[in-house]
Amino acid sequence: MKKYILRRLLQLIPILLVITFLSFGMMRLAGSDAVLQKMENTGMVVSQEVLDSARAELGLDKPFLTQYFVWLGNLLRGDMGTSYISGQEVFGTFLSKLPATLLLTAVSILLTIVISIPLGVLAAVKQNRFTDYLIRTASFLGNSMPNFFVALLLMYFFSIRLKVFPVIASDMSLSSVALPSFTLAVAMSAKYLRQVRATVLDELSKEYVTGARSRGIKFSVTMTKSVLRASLVTILTLLTLSIGNLLGGTAIVESIFLWDGVGKLAVDAINMRDYPMIQAYVMWMAIIYVCVNLITDLSYRVLDPRIRLGGDKA
Amino acid sequence: MSANEKKPTVRRQKIRKSHRKARLLFFLILTAALLLVVIFAQQICPYDPNIQDTGISLQPPSLEHPAGTDRFGRDMLSRIIVGLQTSILSTLALVAVITVVGTAAGILCGYYGGILDSIVMRISDVCLAFPGLVFALAIAALLGGGLSNAVIALAVISWPKYARIARSQTLAVKGMDYISAARLAGGSSWQIIFRHVLPNSVGPILVTSMLDIGTMLMELAGLSFLGLGAQPPTAELGNMMSGGRSMLQTYPWVILGPGIAIFIAVVIFNLLGDTIRDYLDPKNSQRK
Repeated sequence: MKKYILRRLLQLIPILLVITFLSFGMMRLAGSDAVLQKMENTGMVVSQEVLDSARAELGLDKPFLTQYFVWLGNLLRGDMGTSYISGQEVFGTFLSKLPATLLLTAVSILLTIVISIPLGVLAAVKQNRFTDYLIRTASFLGNSMPNFFVALLLMYFFSIRLKVFPVIASDMSLSSVALPSFTLAVAMSAKYLRQVRATVLDELSKEYVTGARSRGIKFSVTMTKSVLRASLVTILTLLTLSIGNLLGGTAIVESIFLWDGVGKLAVDAINMRDYPMIQAYVMWMAIIYVCVNLITDLSYRVLDPRIRLGGDKA
Repeated sequence: MSANEKKPTVRRQKIRKSHRKARLLFFLILTAALLLVVIFAQQICPYDPNIQDTGISLQPPSLEHPAGTDRFGRDMLSRIIVGLQTSILSTLALVAVITVVGTAAGILCGYYGGILDSIVMRISDVCLAFPGLVFALAIAALLGGGLSNAVIALAVISWPKYARIARSQTLAVKGMDYISAARLAGGSSWQIIFRHVLPNSVGPILVTSMLDIGTMLMELAGLSFLGLGAQPPTAELGNMMSGGRSMLQTYPWVILGPGIAIFIAVVIFNLLGDTIRDYLDPKNSQRK
């Protein structure tokens, strides 16, 4: 197990290099650098020589790769440059907004689990009955709605008509997080519920289920002791696979509900062409995503002894 | 075998098959109707979608303006119809591009293998290692706003899925006897690819791209909603909703109309996709 974790951590290094390299390259491709941006912001017209000397001062005249490694070195010290717009430190700003997004993500995942696992299992057990059709139709409809429309609908009914929740998430209280996280959970659950149903159906069609039934074991016992346990690994994997979508989805939902997290920060930065901020967002989101995938891989080794025993030998 | 499953008698199988055909036909007609609306949008819409008349701005739905008017007095129904055209045509273009590019890359990789295969597959690994929408946001931001740039951004993150499917399909048929027979008969690589490999990969790829239309429609509208897609005054469903955001409280129809239009379009495409999947691959059907 230790060896495996070590190997996976080592594999992380090239991926991180690619992520940082791409994020850095993105900045260069944008064709704008700190010097040009400063000039545009102040509205001054400066001669080429002044531009060049300012670039030389910041090391922007050096070859691309040299710049990348300098930038990477700074990155490791937590220095990602300053925002073009606010002039504040990018990394610090990003970190200060991260908890809000993590809270939103965590609540959404929790809601997704609470909604989709019971419904998915229920649909599988009641396969092709009325309950199943009802659940599947709901999931189909949920799957066909863009999350910004879900957000606006929820806002309209719950905030404007019923006045249950605030229109704008002003703080991190439960009532503020409810609508944005429910919006994210709708789309995730719709997709995830189908996968839970398929996984459980798959497990239910195995021979041991028939065997247990013929030996007179209660269906509820087979269900909880065998079927659900066996499905758990797949269900968990599928959940983490949808986290990538969730991370992207937070950008839209946060900016609709004015939830003060990194998603809204990124959308604002994109509208202002604040490249250092966009860079930080893309890079850290990719890193978080990669780490989540790693944790999943490790967690189902703990959950499923078959993978654990088979994998260590290899 | 679950208890409530009925025995698959020959008769029942026949009935099922004809049901599948009828379903497919129904959804094909529904989609064709939607596409007709899209193609003839300019002819169908009752008013000029861009004509402004501030005298009748923000009117609620009425007989004259079934979906109301927006803040500039433009007829919402006309804008929704033209917006559907913009959204659907660009989505179809996007899906067509990623299907063709992804499939071509996948088949070439699977067929020739070697360095090409390693390079393309590593690139697709990297694309898949990123959270999709975050990456699309970044690319769209980099390219600047605009519908075509949003399409490019989504294309960049979406083609690897097709490459993977086409590659695995190609690998599966590559070793089969009839491919060797074709080669022994003197068939060139291109002939083999077009006559044997491609037709054998079409099914799963078609299903994937049909099911992708709905998703891409939503993602493209999402980018527009954030201001990274079609720019006003172009009527596009995502940016229409974004523009009406502040009016949700007082003039909800400005938002609900385009939203419902996207929803209906996505539902139709998803139903068609599901039906095609059931039709081509009954074993993998959701109903089982």
